[in-house]
Amino acid sequence: MDNLWLQIGAAVVFGMMLFFIYPNAKHWMKNAPKAQQGDWMAALLPLAAVVGFVILLIFLVR
Amino acid sequence: MNRFDQSIAQPAGNTLAVNKVIRNTYMLLSATLVFSAVMATVSIATAMPPMTYLVSLIVSMLLGMFVLPRTANSASGIGVIFLITGLMGFGLGAVLSLYLQLPHGPQTIATALGGTGVIFLGLSGYALTSRRDFSFMGGFIFSGMMVMMVAIIANLFLQMPALQLAIAGGVMLLMSGYILFQTSQMMNGGETNYINATYGLYIAIFNIFISLLQLLGIFGDD
Repeated sequence: MDNLWLQIGAAVVFGMMLFFIYPNAKHWMKNAPKAQQGDWMAALLPLAAVVGFVILLIFLVR
Repeated sequence: MNRFDQSIAQPAGNTLAVNKVIRNTYMLLSATLVFSAVMATVSIATAMPPMTYLVSLIVSMLLGMFVLPRTANSASGIGVIFLITGLMGFGLGAVLSLYLQLPHGPQTIATALGGTGVIFLGLSGYALTSRRDFSFMGGFIFSGMMVMMVAIIANLFLQMPALQLAIAGGVMLLMSGYILFQTSQMMNGGETNYINATYGLYIAIFNIFISLLQLLGIFGDD
């Protein structure tokens, strides 16, 4: 029962976080500079490296 | 003022000021990570129950939303950031205690810790050396965070392992993107407050560590 109240409390705080982030999401979606050619590639490359690295770590612990 | 309310990155007019923000951020980040680790050790040593994690997370999120933005421009902001990171470390200790009881728990924790360090240093190093402006990712990252938040709320009650896995993977990628975004914000003068920058990077590191711990725990058969 205590755990349920804790889950409800956590859900409320995460919900508040949603309202906290919303104005920033709106701001950045409207005003963020447009990506130049190669910008997304420059961002996706390290993110792909992270994915590869995590897969490697998973194989290491198996 | 909302801590995410940053201006769009502009070329830094004052290199010295930018360097100072970067130096102060990494110094404070190092100190908070060490403090967090100490608090996690205290939590493990005192065998705190698993619910400590959620309680610490709730209190630290409330502090991060309502207290830190009001104190980030004063010296008391440093005390608040240590309070938040100490609490999060204390909560993390309760989770680590659970992992330590698993057959390969210590190995999983060590791998997740090392992996988090490599990911953070790699992404920060990449953003610092490439000197690219990643502020175009802002909309994608913040809207992605909102989607993740909805999924996390749903899974608090649904407790679906597959959704937990998807959340861990999504959070990991979003936080990795956030490290690129925040580092380039510091470099391009979009973030001038080192306390806010430290908070953002700490949250990213914390989330990457927790997500990696979950992924390694699930796929490592623990």
